[in-house]
Amino acid sequence: MPDAVPAAATTATIALEVNGRVHRLTVRHHWSLLDVLREQLDLTGAKRGCDRGECGACTVLLASRPVYSCQVLALQVGHRPVVTVEGLGESNILDPVQQAFLDNDGAQCGYCTPGFVMSARALLDDNPHPSDDEIRQALAGNLCRCNAYGRIIQSMRAMRDAAR
Amino acid sequence: MQPFQYIEPKSLDEAVALLAAQPGETQLIAGGSDLLSEIKEGVAAPRRLVSLAGIPGLRGIRETGGGLELGAMTTIAELAQHPAIRACYTALAQAAEELATPQIRNVGTLGGNLAQRPRCWYYRHPQTVCLKKGGDRCYALAGVSKYLCVTGGDRCYIVHPSDTAVALSVFDARVEIAGPRGTRTMPIGEFFIGPGQDLLRENGLEPGELVTRVLLPGQDEIPLGPPLQRGVGGISVPVRSLYLKARERETGDFALVSVAVAVALEGDTIRQARVCLGGVAPVPYRARPVEEYLRGQQVADVDAAHAGSLALPNPRPMADNGYKVPLTANLVTRAVGEVMSGG
Repeated sequence: MPDAVPAAATTATIALEVNGRVHRLTVRHHWSLLDVLREQLDLTGAKRGCDRGECGACTVLLASRPVYSCQVLALQVGHRPVVTVEGLGESNILDPVQQAFLDNDGAQCGYCTPGFVMSARALLDDNPHPSDDEIRQALAGNLCRCNAYGRIIQSMRAMRDAAR
Repeated sequence: MQPFQYIEPKSLDEAVALLAAQPGETQLIAGGSDLLSEIKEGVAAPRRLVSLAGIPGLRGIRETGGGLELGAMTTIAELAQHPAIRACYTALAQAAEELATPQIRNVGTLGGNLAQRPRCWYYRHPQTVCLKKGGDRCYALAGVSKYLCVTGGDRCYIVHPSDTAVALSVFDARVEIAGPRGTRTMPIGEFFIGPGQDLLRENGLEPGELVTRVLLPGQDEIPLGPPLQRGVGGISVPVRSLYLKARERETGDFALVSVAVAVALEGDTIRQARVCLGGVAPVPYRARPVEEYLRGQQVADVDAAHAGSLALPNPRPMADNGYKVPLTANLVTRAVGEVMSGG
């Protein structure tokens, strides 16, 4: 008989770098990065919305790029650093993106906000002066069911304009 | 998500051996955007995933003899941003840029985009066992066929969802495949297969085989005529090309219809033309009558609307997708017009 595939999930021990700290974790092979962030590390900023890579509420930065953490296995992360919304700003100082969302009412219920903030952060790290179209493109993978898009875009514009 | 074992082999040989060992229970994972959705929905139930992430040399874009070699693990974002692709294989950069969302483009790979499964919602539904899943009927025939094919259907009526495949087709790309019997390459037009050939799969990969690279030929290797422009980094490709995608949402959506056009000019004469359609057939669909019409024409004499009218010679729309026929004609008209006016 060929070597049998185990019926039950197998586990692995990994070193996961999240928000600048390396965690040694034992994870099951089928756990997503989102599972590990929320269930093992108690980092509940990234939200489980659709769990299918469509809504963007779980967006985190992987090697500085926004990704859907629900559609990346923890084992796929490897040595690449992960940044979640908890990793932005200082203990009592918000990241400028968070402050801009606050100042411009860039959130209604707030469920999608951490995901939007991470996509926005990634854009501004790449391109501090994005055009309106670049802002819309960068946020295109995040959905807001409250339909606060106008205020979200306004938050980004305000930040860009303040940076000029 | 149902449990599985995840393995990251360090060599291609090891990956091929793992894939070939238990083909029914093992699946390849590249970025995982499509596969993990299928597993979560219960459409796929592999017991073992073999990842390509640990194999050196499968990611990245290399210049080779006038053309480009695209590693299968290259991300869609990397394709969209690459200067030589943007300059010389413009339609491919545009297809990559218009694909899905930023988060998916950062994870999704070229190989995964080519090998992704269809979006037909009857196929994707966890409780249906349609022909593509080994069942005995196509549920779309009595259901909603709005997003399905208007040509090439044969018992199953999917459209191939890949944007990059449509663009690669107009550059005569070749697909490199590794498997238990070594490496082979085939024209991208032969890589995809329709339901008439095999209901259960959309490409010619045999058990144990995987896509390793896509080869974009330079002008010396494809009959597209002499170089007209010097590209970036010594690559010269003599073509003007364009990709247009019609969809319901402006982003994060698959094509209702898409078109890639590439033409090689000699002076004002079109020496060679390639036109490929997405969203209309179970495979990327070459619009050969449009190519034949364009070949040999003077740029100023091209009637773009006539070209558009030739795109789908014998459309066979289903109950809800008749709109795709005029949409295809209009999109091809627009694309041909834009390419003729300098694109």
